[in-house]
Amino acid sequence: MLEIRNVNKHYGTRQVLNGVSFGVESGRLTGFVGANGAGKTTTMRIILGVLSADSGTVLQDGVPLTSDDRRRFGYMPEERGLYPKMKVGEHLVYLARLHGLSPASARRNTAELLDRLGLGERAGDLVQSLSLGNQQRAQIAAALVHDPEFLVLDEPFSGLDPIAVEVVMSVLSGFAAQGAPVLFSSHQLDIVERLCDDVVIIADGQIRANGPREQLREQHSSPRFELRTAVDAEWIRSVPGISVLDLSDGVAVFEAATDAASQAVLRQALDRAPVTSFSQQRPSLAAIFKEVVQ
Amino acid sequence: MSTPQNSRVQARPRVPAPSFARSVWLVATREIIARLRSKAFLISTGLLLLISIGSVVAGGIASQNQSLPRVAVVGSATQIIERTEAFRIVEADDVAAAEKLVRAGDVSAAVVPATGEADPLGVRIIALDSPPLDVLGTLSVSPAVSLLDPAPQSGGLVYLVSLGFGLVFFMSAITFGSTIAQSVVEEKQTRVVEILMTTIPVRALLGGKVVGNSIMAFGQIVAIGALVSIGMAITGQSGLLGTVGPSIVWFAVFFAFGFVMLAALFAATASMVSRQEDVGSATSPVLFLVMIPYFLVIFFNDNAAVLAVMSYIPFSAPVGMPMRIFLDTALWWEPLLSLAILLVSTVVVILLGSRIYSNSLLRMGARVTFRQALRG
Repeated sequence: MLEIRNVNKHYGTRQVLNGVSFGVESGRLTGFVGANGAGKTTTMRIILGVLSADSGTVLQDGVPLTSDDRRRFGYMPEERGLYPKMKVGEHLVYLARLHGLSPASARRNTAELLDRLGLGERAGDLVQSLSLGNQQRAQIAAALVHDPEFLVLDEPFSGLDPIAVEVVMSVLSGFAAQGAPVLFSSHQLDIVERLCDDVVIIADGQIRANGPREQLREQHSSPRFELRTAVDAEWIRSVPGISVLDLSDGVAVFEAATDAASQAVLRQALDRAPVTSFSQQRPSLAAIFKEVVQ
Repeated sequence: MSTPQNSRVQARPRVPAPSFARSVWLVATREIIARLRSKAFLISTGLLLLISIGSVVAGGIASQNQSLPRVAVVGSATQIIERTEAFRIVEADDVAAAEKLVRAGDVSAAVVPATGEADPLGVRIIALDSPPLDVLGTLSVSPAVSLLDPAPQSGGLVYLVSLGFGLVFFMSAITFGSTIAQSVVEEKQTRVVEILMTTIPVRALLGGKVVGNSIMAFGQIVAIGALVSIGMAITGQSGLLGTVGPSIVWFAVFFAFGFVMLAALFAATASMVSRQEDVGSATSPVLFLVMIPYFLVIFFNDNAAVLAVMSYIPFSAPVGMPMRIFLDTALWWEPLLSLAILLVSTVVVILLGSRIYSNSLLRMGARVTFRQALRG
């Protein structure tokens, strides 16, 4: 478990991080969501120790991180880059060895990872000869090649084609399943919604929402319901405590003043005709994001 | 599939982080391999080696063919000229034939029997447009000369040696200095630097670059030195090797430390910009520091005061001190003192340079000012 506690950072007169605190649980994928300039990259750089915070600490299992701990982290920076004139395989071996792996295990990890990412045949090619999408995969391999204990990825999905997105998603899930904490930022809220166990939302350098994805959706859900039934549902308008938002054929969207009112609707609906679905509308991550950022 | 993975996690031993020296060495090795794979580097090194071996061979051929001046002789003048053993003799049938040889430029002068009784030497010299000094000198009587402070080396040789030291220092420093500068900016421009910074200490990255490129530069110097020495021995110039040899060794020692200092400066100044196009302007102050000793040693190689000052200033010591050793004007402790000064300033420059380097690496875009780079 990694914990960011009350981190502040300013550039010149601009406060870019303001009392940022959140945790990244072991074995879970945590999505880090925020607009451009909200402070995602700065936070990640502080976790990795590339930048130092003005105040605040980053703890691993309750103990402040040392530079030795950080060497066991895997990092994919937002600004992508590898040596263009190195061969892909050699490059990964080089990075693994900088992390302290023996030449043999560096080569073994490189071969395994390139195969998993579908780059096995490109190991001998120069980085600059790879297509953009493949360079991106190589970049992800660079973050993973030393079997990191903690993974931080800044926008790992930007610039990936849909197939590569699936590959990377499965690699990240597999990684989290091994018990390591994974933190990644993304603009693509649909991916975060599908993939993440936990979500952290940052805006203007402040954490606006933070917690397990389902819990967040629960917290931000409105008393809004959807009912699908076989017959026309015009009768709902007359139920006390209900205001109808949308009504067409057998589908009604309404807000209930109390839980009892919504249950009353369900009971009456069952009495009149078969009900195919009755659900509380849960907001999408995008909706929650819009709500908390404003 | 998840079960073996989980067991692998639990069994995974913590890989110890490599030591600082190990990180430096890994970076240095990568730099060296990248250099060795670069065609531009191989070609320029090959050319430099060819030029140095070529100049030695050319010098050897010139010294062997240092032919005696050709002189035409007529009749009784032959015996007089033969006795001097200072000329190659071309016999002519008569004065007219000798004059013809002079006019044709086949000989530098003709020596013919004197016509008048008044001539005590019994010979007369015929030349084309000016009195032939070498012939006159040999045939004249000179008073004895005592030199109070004999110059240990001839002027021409001093010039050549100073040119050699200056040029080799200048060329190597510029070649490898700009290589280091480019590789720093390449890492910044391709953004690979952020991954490197999260993997190893920034000082190890700088150290590896400096060490790797210094090894290459030093290797080149040693190769040139060895080639020149072997070349001199083979072409029969071992006498020259004896006089130049010690200063070449000192040059190599001074160069090794002087280059480390320059390399740190090149890396630090280059780290302040983000694009290859800006490397030139960013590193120009350092380039200037390299050019000064080169021009000073060429223009002032006969000025003891300038050389003495040069031999103690860290930037020019790698050229100045070996020159003074060659000229035999340095006391035994002087190279050691100068080397100590060079070492201390190298350490200071590395500390300052690594500060600039660490503070500039993540600042992309606009050029970082010296104030920002030093304050962080």
